[in-house]
Amino acid sequence: MRDIAVVAFVQTHHTGEDTGLSETELLAPVITEIKQRTGITRFGFTCSGSNDYLAGAPFSFVAALDAVGAWPPISESHVEMDAAWALYEAWVKLQHGEIDTALVYGFGKASQGDWAEIATVGYDPYYLTPLGVDADSMAALQARAHLERSGAKEDDLRAVVARSRAAGRDNPFALHLPDPEDGDHTVAPLRAHDVAPVTDGAAAVVLAAGDRARELCERPAWITGIDHRAEPHLPGVRDLSRSESARLAGERAGAAGVQVAELHTRYSHEELILREALGLGEEVTVNPSGGPLSADPIMATGLIRIGEAAARIHDGTAGRALGHAASGPCLQQNLVCVLSGATNG
Amino acid sequence: MPSDDPNHILEFPGGYTRSVGPVIGRFLSELRDGRLVGVRTRDGRVLVPPTEYDPDTGEDVTDEFVPVGPVGTVTTWSWVARPRKNHPLDRPFAWALVRMDGADTALLHALDLGVFDEGAGPPKFLRTGMRVRPRWRVERSGAIGDIECFQPEVTMITAPTRLEYRLRSGRALDRFLEGVSQGKIIGHRCDVCGQVIVPMKGLCPKDGVPTTQEVELPDTGTVTTFAVNNLPDPRAPEVPFVSAYILLDGAGLTMLALVAGIPADQVRMGMRVKAKWRPREEWGKTMANIRWFEPLDEPDVPFDAIKDYL
Repeated sequence: MRDIAVVAFVQTHHTGEDTGLSETELLAPVITEIKQRTGITRFGFTCSGSNDYLAGAPFSFVAALDAVGAWPPISESHVEMDAAWALYEAWVKLQHGEIDTALVYGFGKASQGDWAEIATVGYDPYYLTPLGVDADSMAALQARAHLERSGAKEDDLRAVVARSRAAGRDNPFALHLPDPEDGDHTVAPLRAHDVAPVTDGAAAVVLAAGDRARELCERPAWITGIDHRAEPHLPGVRDLSRSESARLAGERAGAAGVQVAELHTRYSHEELILREALGLGEEVTVNPSGGPLSADPIMATGLIRIGEAAARIHDGTAGRALGHAASGPCLQQNLVCVLSGATNG
Repeated sequence: MPSDDPNHILEFPGGYTRSVGPVIGRFLSELRDGRLVGVRTRDGRVLVPPTEYDPDTGEDVTDEFVPVGPVGTVTTWSWVARPRKNHPLDRPFAWALVRMDGADTALLHALDLGVFDEGAGPPKFLRTGMRVRPRWRVERSGAIGDIECFQPEVTMITAPTRLEYRLRSGRALDRFLEGVSQGKIIGHRCDVCGQVIVPMKGLCPKDGVPTTQEVELPDTGTVTTFAVNNLPDPRAPEVPFVSAYILLDGAGLTMLALVAGIPADQVRMGMRVKAKWRPREEWGKTMANIRWFEPLDEPDVPFDAIKDYL
């Protein structure tokens, strides 16, 4: 296996409302900055993550390529998923050994639609989409299953939100949200503050291999393990109270012993489930950036988790950090990326 | 999303056509006939709703379809207090995963628990483990929506109860109500014990002697004891309301009346009150002429003075 590291991470100052920028306009300054930061203008491979239903237009990722500059033709790919999976594809491509650098980015403007309802069209077309079941309602089914199995209370969910929002207020890129108060349930047992806020934003990461990584970054965040696992899509065939796929991905990526974990928790209860699945004890700092409950630019949110974890390695505040991304209803699919200041873990 | 109208719509006019294959097709065909079936996997489990493959192993399922239900058990649920426009019900409802009897997996559907106001919380009887049955549509097309929703098993019925009478109030009460119809509260004084009985009964319940001596009492009195009621009543539709024993000034017995004009949690034993009469033009020969009693701006009566009237 080649040694591959995150050598740069850039994100927008995310916003809670539409500031009038198109997706491409959101992305362009991020790409420009990461090119400046690394001094690279042509990457061995470029891979993006975005969602056409979110943008309301087919092939929306093609327009975003304008921000990258794709002439003469570049080696490029796209995933219709969170850009964390684009990073996985780029990592695989780097493992092939033909290239030394890769640009990965993701972007999303949740302000243009209603994500909870947009997610409905991505569900099983025979049994779920015709019911009109939305993402928040699905998540609440999982929240109930977990609370009833674990004995955790709604107060525990509020504590997750309070800690996340407090951390988010210290993060210049996140939304700055007040302490949670008891509002009405959005879909019981979840309240409005238990759901990630509507967010517009973009993020980019540069991966590099071996010596190229050492040239580009004083303290590269080496990917010592990366794995993703999926569970069956239908919620009725799995145990919603826990995440077997996250447990497996964490085990295979080597989650044990990390000091910091950035988790893709679009809902507060997901942190409780993921902490358990990944074996993260009280000594592990979870979502010091504020996490998705403080900023959720959909399709970039998972990539940002890896970027934030890498940033803790870059600045020397952590020796081993974990970035997690999730996809599908009720944490159906989980990706775990373990990063370290040392190539040997 | 901004609350103004959308300026961009993504839609497949007429809907998107999908073939369903033999397994899902069989399930949907049975559904159209009003039956719920599952498919058996090679290791003997029954999948509802059926898929072509075993979710645990990825192996093809067998071609054996088995009837399930008609009852199922809720394995988890969420409560929608404000339905979205795409939701199957337009009043608060639950989403539930339902494991049909005879099945090893659960089916997602809406669960209708009755009529609730928008924004209402989940009813207490909604619990994991609840037994539910499908409510079938009359017109079915072979889609998951052929089940309109699930509903709880029958655990209770409401029995119509009505008997008709022609009651008269009796002479003493008739005379009392005649007084009330003129805005007066009349009692009888007992010749033996001297106490005033209001409303009078034509006899003293203490001494067992007839009474005839009429006394007019003021419409002011003292709360001796009270109850806070949380079930609405036709006479007091707003809850909580307070019903109280009121010792009218000069009376030797308390009468039961409503107390209002003060938050329920501020009503006190010993509180001074005065009758709130309806407008004169609405008066009839009924106690309803007095809407309720309201607080008087007077010091409370000490407990010792009312302790014998509880």
